[in-house]
Order: sequence, then C-alpha cells, then structure tokens
Amino acid sequence: MGTFTKKRDYSVIGKEIPRVDSLVKVKGKAKFVADFDMKDMLYGALVLSKRARGRVKKIDVSKASSLKGVRAILTYEDIPGENQIGEVVNDMPCLVPVGEEVRYYGDVISLVAADSLEIAKEAVKLVKVEYEDLEPVLTIEKALKNEVKIHPSGNILTSKKIRKGNVEKGFFESDFVIEDDFYAHYQEQAYLEPQGILSLYDNNYGITIYGSMQCPYYVQEMVPKVLGMSMHSVRVIQAETGGAFGGKEDVPSYVASQCALLTYHTKKPVLLVYSREVDIQTTSKRHPIKSHYKLGVTEDGKIKAVEITAHMDMGAYATLSPIVMYRSLVHAAGAYDIENVKVDIDGVYTNKVPCGAFRGFGSPQVLFAMESIVDEAAEKLRMDPMDIRLKNALRIGSRTSTDQLLTESVGAVKTIEHAMEISNYAELKKEMAAFNLENKFKKRGIGVSHIIYGISLGAAGQHLDAAGSLVQVHRDGSVNIHIGNTEMGQGAKTVIAMIASEALGQSIEKIRVDNPDTSYVQDSGPTVASRATVFSGNAVKKACEKIKARMEEYFSKTRNVSVEEIVFKNGAIKTVDNKHKILFDSLANECYNSNTKMVERGWFVSPKLRWNSETGLGEAYITYAYATQVVVAEVDMLTGKSQVIEAYTSHDVGKKLNPVGLVGQVQGGFVQGMGYGLFEEIKTTDGRITTDNFNTYIIPTISDIPQKLKIDFVEDAYSQGPFGAKGIGEPSLMPVPASIANAISNAVRKRVKRIPATAEYVFNIIEEVIK
Amino acid sequence: MLVRFNLNGEEIESEVRDDERALDFLRRIGMKSVKEGCGEGECGACTIIVNGRNVVSCLMLAPELDGTEVWTTEGLSFKNELDPIQKAFVDEGAIQCGFCTPGMVMSAKALLMKNPQPTVEEIKKGMEGNLCRCTGYFKIIEAVKKAADEN
Ligand code: FES
Ligand code: FES
Repeated sequence: MGTFTKKRDYSVIGKEIPRVDSLVKVKGKAKFVADFDMKDMLYGALVLSKRARGRVKKIDVSKASSLKGVRAILTYEDIPGENQIGEVVNDMPCLVPVGEEVRYYGDVISLVAADSLEIAKEAVKLVKVEYEDLEPVLTIEKALKNEVKIHPSGNILTSKKIRKGNVEKGFFESDFVIEDDFYAHYQEQAYLEPQGILSLYDNNYGITIYGSMQCPYYVQEMVPKVLGMSMHSVRVIQAETGGAFGGKEDVPSYVASQCALLTYHTKKPVLLVYSREVDIQTTSKRHPIKSHYKLGVTEDGKIKAVEITAHMDMGAYATLSPIVMYRSLVHAAGAYDIENVKVDIDGVYTNKVPCGAFRGFGSPQVLFAMESIVDEAAEKLRMDPMDIRLKNALRIGSRTSTDQLLTESVGAVKTIEHAMEISNYAELKKEMAAFNLENKFKKRGIGVSHIIYGISLGAAGQHLDAAGSLVQVHRDGSVNIHIGNTEMGQGAKTVIAMIASEALGQSIEKIRVDNPDTSYVQDSGPTVASRATVFSGNAVKKACEKIKARMEEYFSKTRNVSVEEIVFKNGAIKTVDNKHKILFDSLANECYNSNTKMVERGWFVSPKLRWNSETGLGEAYITYAYATQVVVAEVDMLTGKSQVIEAYTSHDVGKKLNPVGLVGQVQGGFVQGMGYGLFEEIKTTDGRITTDNFNTYIIPTISDIPQKLKIDFVEDAYSQGPFGAKGIGEPSLMPVPASIANAISNAVRKRVKRIPATAEYVFNIIEEVIK
Repeated sequence: MLVRFNLNGEEIESEVRDDERALDFLRRIGMKSVKEGCGEGECGACTIIVNGRNVVSCLMLAPELDGTEVWTTEGLSFKNELDPIQKAFVDEGAIQCGFCTPGMVMSAKALLMKNPQPTVEEIKKGMEGNLCRCTGYFKIIEAVKKAADEN
C-alpha cells in the first residue's frame, strides 16, 4: 500500500451506485446542443477548401447571398478581432483570406447563416472560390525535405528530447541490440454526437455560448479574441456532450468562433452543428507516428538502453500538437526502469487534416512500438513476455524514463501479477498451443502489454493545472455543485457527486452537479488527461469540508457536544452516543436561520514539478497509473482478418471511487483501442479524407467485441488524490493496440509493425512468411 | 402533404414536405430523443419503432409515416414510470454519454417485442445497427438480458 493507509469506512465511495445522469438520458430528455430550440434561430454551415494546398484568388459570394433565406455570408474581412488563431501556436486562420494559402482539404473559407439548414447548405454550394493550385506536401518524408514550406517557419514545428544516462554505453553493455521501425496510423474519435455550438446575444452579458465541449475555458479565451471583445462579454456553458475522447478539447473553440461570428453579424441565435462528413474531414485526429526503436538487453532480460526517434504527422496546423508531443516523449520508453534513454521526437507539418488530442494523447502510438520491441527482445532471449516485463517493471524507488523518482502509488508489478492470475496465464498458453495444433487456417496468439500513464497535464501544462469548485448547500439541504471540468460520458458528474456526498455527509440524491458555466468557477483547465477526478474532485472535497466544518461547529455549540462526537453520514447527523440526531436537511435550515455561510469555493493546485526541457529530465507528471493486459487474438490465415477472442486487463487506479463507472471506462476504452488496433482506417486521396462517414470509417459494433473481457483493479493509493484515487479515462485504452499487435504477431509468427493491423496488412505479412 | 399516424399512442395529423426526412419531422414536432449521428443509416442514433420494427428515421421520408404506428423514446416512460428496458439500462450502467441511448433503447425494445428471450447472439444481431462509442457494448448486452429475464 502507498502512504494513504488510514482505514476508513466510506458510505458512498467505492459503492456501486447508478450514474446520477442516467435517468434523464434514458428518457431521451438530456439536452444536447442540437436539441435547443430558440426563437428566430438561424442555421450555420461552412464553405471548406477543396484543395490540400492552394492560394485563394477570389471568393465570390454574390450568387449565394441572393438566395432567399440567407442571412449572412462571412469571409475573413468580416472578422472584428484576430483572424490568426490556435490553442498553442497562432498558425491557423479562422477564415482563410484572399491571397493566402489553404493548407488542407477542409480549411474554412467562408461562413453561412440562413433560416434553415437546407438553405444554408444550398448557399454553401453557390459560394465560388478560385484557387491557384500549389503542390501539396502529403507525407512526412516529403515534409522533411523542406523544399515546399507549409508555413514560413519551415515544416518542423518543434522537437523534443530526453537524454538520460548514456545509451552508447548501455548498448555496449548489452548482449543483444534489436532495432525496428513502427508506424501507427490516424484514428478518428468518432464520438457519436458531432461537433455543435449554439451562440446567442444575451442583452445583459454579451454573447452566450452553449455547446458540446470538453474545455469551456478554451472557448471562453478564443471567442473574444476573434470577436475583438473582452472575456467578460463571453459566457460559455457546456451542453450535454455526446462523447469527446479528446476530439472536443480544442476543436469546439474553432466551432464556437465560427458560430459566434455569425451571431455577431446577424444578432440572432445561430446553431452550427457539423455533419458527420464535415466533422471527419476537418477536425483533429490521433497523430500518425513513425518511429525507429533500438533496444539493448542483457542475456537475463535486463533492458540496458533504448534509443528512439519519432516523427509525428501534425497535419496543416499545430493545434495541440506541441503538448501531445510532450506526452509521446515521456511515454515513448514505456513503463520500465531503464538506465539509459535517448528520445527525439519531431512534430512535422503536412497538407492534411490537423491532428490533436485523442484519448491517450500521443502515447498509444509509441507504447505500441515500445511494447512490440520489448516482445522482440523476449523472443530473442526465449523469455516469456511477462517475465521480461516483470524484470524491468517500475517499483517504489525506481526512476522513470525521465529520471523521476517514484515514491508512492506504484501498482505496476501488481498489475502484472494480477493479469497473469486472472487470465490463468500458464493455462491460457497451453490452450492456445492446442488450438493451433488443431487448426490450420485459423491461428491464435497471446499478446501482452504493460503501460504507464502520467496523470494530468504534467510539467508542460502546469500553468493550466488547477481546478476550482463552488458548492452551495441550500436551506432545504439540497446541494448545487459547480465545477470547471465537464461530463462527456465518462462519469465525471457521478464521481464528483460521490466525493461531495462523502465529504458533506449529505445523501447523493440531494446533490446536483451542474454543467460547467464560465461565470461561476475560475478557469479550471481542460477536462483531459484523466484529471477531472483528481483535480475537480479535490476542489469539491475541500469546499464541502469547509461547509461541513461550519455545520459541525454549529451543531456542537447548540447541542453542547464536542466536534469529535459528531458523525455526518448519508443525510443524517448524530452524536456517537445517539443522543442527538437530526437530518442534514433540518440542520441546513437551522444553519440558515443562524446566518451561517453555506456556500464555499474550493481550489486545487497540482504539486509543482521540476522539469528540464533541455534534457527532458525531471518530474514529468504528478503521478502515474499502470496497467497490464493479456489478449487472445485469432487470425484467419487465408484473409488476414483478426479478432480479439478474450482479454484480461488489470489497472492500478489508486482507489476505486466509483466501481461501476470504472468498469464502464475500461470496457469502452478497450473497444475503442481494439478498433484502433484492428480496423479503424482513415483513407485519403490527394490529401482528402475519403472515409468520412460510418459506412467507410468502420468502428466496432456490438458484434465485434470479445467474448470475454475480465477486468481487475489494483488499489495502491495516491496520497494527493481524493480518497487516494488516480484517473482511468485514458489508461483504459492505452494497453489495447499494443497487446493486440503482440497477439497477432504471436499468432502469425511475424512481427506486426503497423497499427491498425488491418486484414490487408496482416495478409501481406503472412504472405511474406510463406515466401 | 398531410400525414396521419399514431405517435406514442396518440393520433397525429400533420403537414409534411415530400422530401422531409422522418428524422427531421419528428424532431420538429418535439421528439428530440431521435438523434442524428450520421444521416446515412449507419449509426442507429435515430432509431424509432415503426409498426413493431426498429428503423432508422434518417433514411425514411416523413410521408412514409402515414398510416403507421410509431414509437419514440418519449413514449416509453409514462408519468416517470420507466419501461423495463429503460430501467435495465440504468441498473446495469449501460449509459455513458447518452447520445446513442434512445436509439439503443428503441432497438432493444423492438427486439424484445419480437423475441422476449433472446440469446446473446440474437441480442448482438438485433443491436448491430446501433453504434456506441462509449460503453464498449458489454453493459448494453447485460441490460437487454436483464430486461428479457424480467419479461
Ligand atoms: S443518423 Fe440515422 S443511422 Fe445515423
Ligand atoms: S453512451 Fe456514448 S455513444 Fe453510447
């Protein structure tokens, strides 16, 4: 166990309770942004670039504007504030100006608002854009030549590195040195609800924005810039959000800017909902990453050194790439204690869709490569994949690849042990061998992966790493909780309500967690990086404790008992001897009658991290989550088509706060990771995405899931987490592509070096074996 | 044209355009549980029940509703009383973001109307047209099984 050892008897934490928002959702009453109806509402649509690269010579809107029902057609000239935008680097035009370049098929050139969506779409077709054709840069290799510059600064935006120990010395001390190239392709978030924003003029307040989003504060920062307003004139309220997975981190800021511009000019409410095609064509994806790995091991399986070079395809604009790269960098060498580590990663511009945030944030791609090369080493040494991982796993006192000393909450080894246990690993290997003896055209393989995941934003994002809360207990005992992190399906509201219920002693039914509204809570950073539980959770816990202390004090004074004797639990307050007893609701009323302050704010700031970006050494993240997974895959040797038959996964979550939610996250993350590992394939022609709806971009259906997914949790408490918890959102997906690739490799006796390992790809490597 | 049909147990008469999708029409008259996720008949978010069968309303035209009996999620729970399938979704934790949920619930309902005791394979077949990106489907299968057990 970690340092959080005090045994506690919780009344809500760790209990199986239904989601707080499930009733409204199951009745179909949850209000997503497209469900808002406003009087005189207009509908927005976008005019997009039809070139991967070209210079805009002329934009002719005359025909479109004469269409009946069209209320506005805007171009760059109509932007009252700044046109150059970007969450990290200002390299992207909100609307591409005449004379400037379009940099991908999907750059936005003009905006339309009309009385109906049909009219808006009709008008889009009538806007004539003339281009001067320019040669596009569609591959990383071509971009690296720098002959055609996508941005004036050149095609490499940033480079990051780690220099730990001396890899040359490490390779010299190794008995075997293995090298290989890996490629991880795009993945589309494919949240079921497309991007959407509603903006309107509010007489008192300026512009109010409702929308599907992860990060209301990003929106609140960007929209005023584009509109030339102050931040206090733009209020952002999150609508119900139908899945996000990183895809609604920065993108809604751009969607909101487009929508707000239409409201600004028409003075009317405008609803802008992307069609699935526009969504897939224009919004950010998981980065394709090409990597080269070189690994040195001794005969007994100790990894002595790893050297990694990687290139990320950022697409046309930086969006969040620089910070995604930071996570790729820190996770590139995996979950192991390695003395000598050298990593170099470049972010490269191409004339394709910009890439950005997606569950795992640049790490599933490199973890797939690392876990593959570790397996290659195991094969070479004739060692079991589990043994080599156990041998090199991180423990208390170990140092990570950035030389961070681990002092608590390191459940890594336990996840390996548990994964072996729940999968009955030795037995499973025998079963598989028997299956393969009996079957000629179907082969099965076992794949293992072991991963690490840095919780929250890390050293590169410390300036954003704080979160607030506003908690108000009303006279009738009911409670409103405002936080700055969003619910997007992952269960944030439920876990926050549980934390509040535990900290206040009020029953969970009386607690309402409201959708974030920028006018209530200070900028609490983005809802990403599996940080909502730790950050908003702590902020809420603090505020609740302050109110509870005041209620306790009041109770102790009026009943003449000491504070130590009072117990708050499940909506009732009593003394240990049961002499005094009152409902939480009645005590709240008494507190009101005696003018007690019943509203409080909480603020949580992450522990400060020491980091050296020159060497890539230091404390990269506040803490880490770990996971180990075993997957059985079956490959049809005649077609190359693979599927996952069963899977076993063990996750170190610090402390299980909401068991139902945790299981749901792991199941969902598994299936999303499986889609990436097996068949989700973005295809492009001349830079244009051709797989832009679910008939061509295939995501897992109910028929694709494994027969069995066994889930286990390791609880190695984290002292700074609320009740000891870490996060789960992303660690749920991270081991999956790697373990699947390893399982397929194991089945076909040939290394899978690309994900997704599509039927076509696997068929080709099987052919090579036969040749 | 004028369509007459039964919506959630009530007779409805309404003017629709010939080329209007059933999805847009139903949303226009307030059935906001019917969601659009793809507009191509691929995601199932717009699933409704027409004459006892689950259909995707984005590929159906509003005039085709004439003379039919239609159910949307709005019609499933009367006076806060959940339909057993809705209750099972809540109890089993089969809901995350909730965007797929109304369509899922309608497909599950249609399946159980036809086949009150489906096997896991039959559940998968019956729900194959409904995508969910959040749950990984495991708890959805559990929910349908549970509702079937209580049938
Ligand atoms: S919107 Fe009808 S199936 Fe997707
Ligand atoms: S719960 Fe989000 S898509 Fe199913």
